[in-house]
This record gives sequence, C-alpha cells and structure tokens, in this order.
Amino acid sequence: MLADRVRADFPILQQRMNGKPLVYLDSAATSQKPRQVIDALVRYYEEYNANVHRGIYRIAEQATEAYEAARRKVAGFINAPRPEELIFTRSTTEAINLVAYTWGRANVGAGDEILLTEMEHHSNLVPWQMLAAERGARLRFVSFDEQGMLEVAEYDRLLNDRTRLVALTHQSNVLGTINPVRELAAKAHLVGAKVLVDGAQSVPHMPVDVQHLGVDFFAFSAHKMCGPTGAGALWARYDLLDAMPPFHGGGEMIMLVHLDRSTYKDPPYKFEAGTPSIADCIVWGDAVDYLQGIGMQAIREHEMQLTHYAMRRLSEVPGLRLFGPESPQRRGGVLAFDLDVVHPHDVAQILDQEGIAVRAGHHCAQPVHRRLDISATTRASLYLYNNEADVDALTAGLQGVRKLFSPKPTRVGS
Amino acid sequence: MALDDLYREVILDHYSHPRNKGELPDPDIKVEGANPLCGDELSIFVKLDGGRVADVRFVGRGCSISQASASMMTEQIKGKTVAEARALAGRFKAMMQGQAVSEDELGELMALQGVRKFPVRVKCATLSWVALEQGIDEFESAQGKVTARASSEQP
Repeated sequence: MLADRVRADFPILQQRMNGKPLVYLDSAATSQKPRQVIDALVRYYEEYNANVHRGIYRIAEQATEAYEAARRKVAGFINAPRPEELIFTRSTTEAINLVAYTWGRANVGAGDEILLTEMEHHSNLVPWQMLAAERGARLRFVSFDEQGMLEVAEYDRLLNDRTRLVALTHQSNVLGTINPVRELAAKAHLVGAKVLVDGAQSVPHMPVDVQHLGVDFFAFSAHKMCGPTGAGALWARYDLLDAMPPFHGGGEMIMLVHLDRSTYKDPPYKFEAGTPSIADCIVWGDAVDYLQGIGMQAIREHEMQLTHYAMRRLSEVPGLRLFGPESPQRRGGVLAFDLDVVHPHDVAQILDQEGIAVRAGHHCAQPVHRRLDISATTRASLYLYNNEADVDALTAGLQGVRKLFSPKPTRVGS
Repeated sequence: MALDDLYREVILDHYSHPRNKGELPDPDIKVEGANPLCGDELSIFVKLDGGRVADVRFVGRGCSISQASASMMTEQIKGKTVAEARALAGRFKAMMQGQAVSEDELGELMALQGVRKFPVRVKCATLSWVALEQGIDEFESAQGKVTARASSEQP
C-alpha cells in the first residue's frame, strides 16, 4: 500500500497522542508535511534568507531564483501554459478575493448574475456576496441532490446571458463530490460567462490540468498538499490578468511611482504587492516535487481504494449516516457523517482521547449543512499517508462513542 | 485528561433526559443563544412572578455539554429571584474561568467543572448562562417583555 511507503516521510505521524499512535484524519483542513518540505524550509532560513527581486548580492539572487523556480513548478503542477499566469497569494481565500476585487469590480454591474453552487466553502461565497452587494448584482445557486451531486439540469436552466461568472468548487470539502468542471465550463463559455474554480480540495488529491478543464480562474493553496501555510495561488489566463486592475498597491508591483500616480508591472508582479511569503512559496515547490515523485494518479487511486474501504467500515457503525456520493469514483476522500443523537463535538472529543484527529462543525460551509438539515457533521478526511489501520481505529472509536452515549435510565429523584 | 472528567454521568443523564425542555408560551424573557463555532443553538424562556423565576424552559440542539448545562440551569434557577439567578450565573462563569467555588454555591453544577480541562468546550457550557444574563439585562432595561439574542462569544 502506498501509505506504508510514505508514512516514514512524515515526522508528525511518528508521534503518540495520549499514549496512542496519532491517527490523522483531518487533511482536508490541512495536510501534514514530509521531512523533505520541512528540511527545505530550514535550508532557506539557514542558507539563503533574503528578500526577492531587489538585491544584487548572492543570496538575494539565490532566493529570487528559488522563488521563480517554485512558480514554474507550481504552474506546471496544474499544467498552466505560462508561469507568469500564476500569482502567489497567501491562501486560496486571498486568490478568490483577488478576482472579486479586481476582475469583479471591473466586470460585474447592476443586474448581472454570478452563478454559484450550494456546496461552496464560505471562501467562494462571501466574496461574491460582498461584490454583489456593492455592484447591485444577483447571486444564483445550483443545488445538489440527495447524493450530493450537483443538479446539472438546474445549472443549464440558471445559466443565461446575464451570467457574468460561474464560481464553483472542484471538490466539495464536506460532501466530497467531484464536480464535472470541464462540462460546466464549456456551457458557461457559450453564454459568455467566465469560470472560476476553487481547487483547494482537488489539487492535492488528483491530477489537475487547467487547460483540459477549460476554466478562466483557478485558486488553490500549498498547505493542503504537503506544503506550508501562508502560500496560495491564483492561476488565470494571461489576457484576463493583463486587463485586470491591480489588487493591493505597494512595493514590488510598480514600474514608476510619482507623487500623484504610478504605473504597474506586468502579471504576475502586478498582483504581488509587498514582500511575499518567500520561504513558503519556495518550499511549495519542494512539496510539488514530493507529490510528483509519487505520482498524482497513484495518490488518487490510493485514496479511492481507501475511501471505498472507509465507506464499508463506517456502514458497520449503527446509526451512522454518511453524506455525499455513494461511488468513490465520483468523490474524494472526504467523509462527513452524522451519528444519531451524538453531537459531532462530542464525537470528536471522544475520538481525540484515542489519538484520532477528526473535524467537527460546519467546516466553513454552513449552507451545505442547512441544506442537509443538520447543524454540524463530523468529518474524517484521507490523504496519501492514511492506511486501513487508520480507518479501523476510526471505526472502533465510533463504536466506543456509541457505547458511552447509549441512553441510561433516568436517575432516581430527577 | 480523562474523558470521565468531561462526560460525568450526571451530564450524560441530563443530555439523554433533558429537564424542562420545550417552549413556554408568552414568556417574559426569551433569549436565542448560539455558539457560532460549533453550531450549538438554544432558546431559553423565562416566566417571572413577583421578581422570581416562576417557570423556565429551553429548546435547542447542540453538543451534550451545551444541552446538559441548559437543562441543569433550568433546575437550578426555578424559584430563585432574578438577583439570585444572576448571581448564580456569575458564580458558574467564575468556576468555568478557573476560579475556586464551593459546592454549597453550585451543587450539581459542579459536575461541569471537568469541562475546564477542555478549553474549547468552555463556551459550550457557558452558552445557556450567558444567554440568561443577556435576557435579564435586556428585560431590566426594557422593563417589560423582551426577545434577546446572545452568543457564547460574549464575555
């Protein structure tokens, strides 16, 4: 199994929690980091820490070259045609906000429509609410069915010549659903709409090719794919970036500055004001090397197999209701569930005592939970380093939760 | 950090068999409380008579700690004066913030003491009490029936 080969690369997994091995099942929130990435981070700070794009001394050149090499690697990872189309941001959230503030303000007006889905993370919903409120635009939503699959017929109906943008997630962070982005993007382009994809949950787990998907904007981040926090990226077609106004103003993004006006650099620098997260962007490149060394198709197949196994084991737990598509082909390894009367926070708390890390709550997707008519779920999410033993520990832990919470008779005198 | 400290039998009992659960028609104080972090929700209904809590009920959904704490609160404050109920809320919050309190003051509520060892869950335990205080405050400044809102993010 793939996990058995790679587990030794992740120092944190060698740790014990409450005397038990750490069973990390929260990679959809953030992934663990391999030794190769941690070492690269230390190497930068110990050997060539310097600001980029402005020094003429040796280590400044070295830092600049490493930063630009990382841009080429990250761009290549999603098969972007040109590295200049990849803008480094702090996060997926910042990448989406960048589009809302720049392209959005310049291109969305009163009466225009932005088409979203009901399974978006707050980061691909709230920026559009803010833009719509400012511009007098209208947000419309495609719902999902009982299995968590997007209602494509409804999408077809909602798409019209007022639609300026379709913004959707590639893979839901609650349901695990993988959306048919290529098909939806082609339809959006027929009515002249642009397409933005939130790839935070897909890029770490499957081969992604933005040219094949045929989208206009693609946002994702490093920390969910074995890289550090503090680095994200927006990929967009060069002609769109070139026409967009800048986002933040400041150093690094300018050509000439006068007291009353400035001229700006070309993409990507036009959108990278201020000192970037240099170390984090550089070692994101090492995370790309690490994942490519294993192979994204191999990772996808491992996760599909393990998801299949997890779905079978979880179905053995009485009262457990799993959300999302039934077929592992149509979903990622994100398993959100409900356990009868036991609240997710209690579930997560009891599992923590067993050294099992899962997430409890609304996972920054309150509308999804409202649609499922529940206040919260417990979510276990898988990655390349998870194995069947992790799933077995989860299943056993959930049986323990049920036992603790099985109702006892009311005490005398109450 | 033993799990038994958190999930004391009395807490699980209140969760499985909540006391005073349900809506109260025509309450003097109605408060809707929420814990945005985990989605705990509860509404508290208080009927006053001559400055005393004549009846109190709650409805809600959320984790065992938030719901058990609300259930225990309703038992503790029924029959108390508004001032006594407010004082009890203060003592309960003090306990949850780590101050020493005596069993004489809090009785069965001492069972929730174990929650202190799990800092992220403290807000679950205090939600009903924060809501009660908010309701009393608004009732006193309005000098009449109120519907208030409270969040466990409040101090």
